[in-house]
Amino acid sequence: MYKGKGNFIVLIALVSVFTVYNAVLYMGEETSSSSAPRMSKEAIRGEQLWQENNCTACHQLYGLGGYLGPDLTNVISDPAKGSDYVRTFLNSGVKSMPQFDFSTEEQNAIISYLEHVNATGYYPNYDSEFSKDGWVTIKYK
Amino acid sequence: MKLNVSILFLLAGLIALLIAGFIGMIISIVYINPDLLKDIIPFNRLRPIHTTSAVSWIVLTATGGIYYYLTRVERLKLYSERLQKTHLVLFLCLGVVIYMCYIFGVMGGREYLEFLPVLIIPVLLGWVLFGINYFKVVWKKIKDGPVYFWMWGTGILFMIFHLTEAHFWAITDIRSDFIKDLTIQWKSYGSFVGSWNMLVYGTAIYLMSKMKKDGELARGKKVFFFYFLGLTNLMFGWAHHTYIVPTAPWIRYVAYGISMTEWILFLNIVYIFIKNLGQAERKIYAMPYRFLMASEFWVFVNLLLALLMSIPTINYYTHGTHITVAHSMGTTIGINTCILLASVSFIAKKLNPNNTVENTLVYYAFLFFNGSLFIFWLSLVIGGIYKAVWSAENGHSSFAQMHENSSPIFVVFILSGCLLFISLAIIVHQLFKDLGESVYQQEKK
Ligand code: HEC
Repeated sequence: MYKGKGNFIVLIALVSVFTVYNAVLYMGEETSSSSAPRMSKEAIRGEQLWQENNCTACHQLYGLGGYLGPDLTNVISDPAKGSDYVRTFLNSGVKSMPQFDFSTEEQNAIISYLEHVNATGYYPNYDSEFSKDGWVTIKYK
Repeated sequence: MKLNVSILFLLAGLIALLIAGFIGMIISIVYINPDLLKDIIPFNRLRPIHTTSAVSWIVLTATGGIYYYLTRVERLKLYSERLQKTHLVLFLCLGVVIYMCYIFGVMGGREYLEFLPVLIIPVLLGWVLFGINYFKVVWKKIKDGPVYFWMWGTGILFMIFHLTEAHFWAITDIRSDFIKDLTIQWKSYGSFVGSWNMLVYGTAIYLMSKMKKDGELARGKKVFFFYFLGLTNLMFGWAHHTYIVPTAPWIRYVAYGISMTEWILFLNIVYIFIKNLGQAERKIYAMPYRFLMASEFWVFVNLLLALLMSIPTINYYTHGTHITVAHSMGTTIGINTCILLASVSFIAKKLNPNNTVENTLVYYAFLFFNGSLFIFWLSLVIGGIYKAVWSAENGHSSFAQMHENSSPIFVVFILSGCLLFISLAIIVHQLFKDLGESVYQQEKK
């Protein structure tokens, strides 16, 4: 028996578990615990615009993204902000934000996207519960 | 005379490093001067130039090194030199196209892969070409071969898998489920980084075993245990990026558990650190040796930070702050860049023992590089703590105020970033000179 055999067995075992894990993750309904409905066509169009203009370079969703601008996960449901507030920002070219030139229809799509994101959960998740083992139970929408 | 393709990969990598550093320096200034270049080329186009260049530096240099070690040091014959050339030409052309995309704002991809999504197809093709050449060469030797052969092979295969996975959003069924989509996205990034780490850490082990002339260092139960531990983390440990995203709790439980196994890695590094590398051929390989030692230090600091950040309670506060940036800069610059500079300076010495990568200027640049990186890293941690406190206070002041108040930290961050770039440029200049002489090689009789 050559020395490498044990290594191959471990490798195959790991890859097998990984395959099952991926399948559950990709196909399972459980991956997202948010009860938000599927994204509408308009929201997907908004996400497309979000990507084409690389809003992520500066903005975060769930704390993921760039750091120059604020997180936008719940900007829609923020009592001091909301859709109209977002609309005024889009073509404003405020601070480092580029001077965009979105049509009304495009603005609606972006807002629809942010509305969808807002419906999926909270960030920051202020009502989380901390336990002694280091775990954090987050609050779902 | 014949072109040495491996060296061209390394030179392309060094150019990418200079671009990454230079653009990084420019965009950091936007933090205190938001109007900088705004009407010419705004931040949302510059940032991807910076990040793509940084990733290209890592990937091209690791690849060039592997090609070089296989053919020049191990004296193995490539399956096809034509494939290797095609790989290089493909990546160089892609580089030009991707930079053009960013400059003219033709984007559409996700973070870190912002270029037009179809371009991922030729990127993947390049990796497949590399994979074919690699496995054709090492397949027979891999069975009881040294661990770096396993690591490089794993890096190539998982790179292909995770670059594909990062584009699963193109499937409507996934895309329309926002949380699932976001989760898969960040899963792929975590593992994407894990994949290039396999290439880079494999290189580090290769260098250590060559410099110590100790082939056993890369064999045996212990190194393979760490290889499998790293692989397990690559596969299952990514979810600390998404602790705060409302995914199913089991995904996060698994990630928490797996991430904590890295403490074993951490303790082992402390052990190696204390034991030190021993009497490697320090005289000849003074520079590669120093870079490797520096990378050990950065592994120590960053792994400690990463471990803390993987504890959900701490992650709750550090997530979405510059502490995350400190971690990514610390690992890409401190660990990956140090190892890759060790690799390139090792190759420079191999090409010609009269090359003087260890000259006084480069030595001082090396010291400045590490010193400025430490200040840079620390300023990001402090900036991150400040933002975490602001965020926990929930609404005491606006984002704009918080950003404004962080200015003094940003100034330190920018200044140390400039120093970092200058010292890197000095090192790269020397390496460029050394490697440039060997782009053409004598045809073997
Ligand atoms: C170059 C960086 C940058 C880019 C790119 C960018 N923004 Fe902004 N954005 C900012 C900054 C900075 C602010 C905060 C301005 C302030 O509060 O003074 C902001 C504010 C906003 C706000 C108001 C948020 C709030 O809570 O007050 C919205 C909404 C917004 N941006 C949407 C977008 C969208 C949509 C895109 C992409 C189409 C985008 N931004 C691209 C930098 C950017």
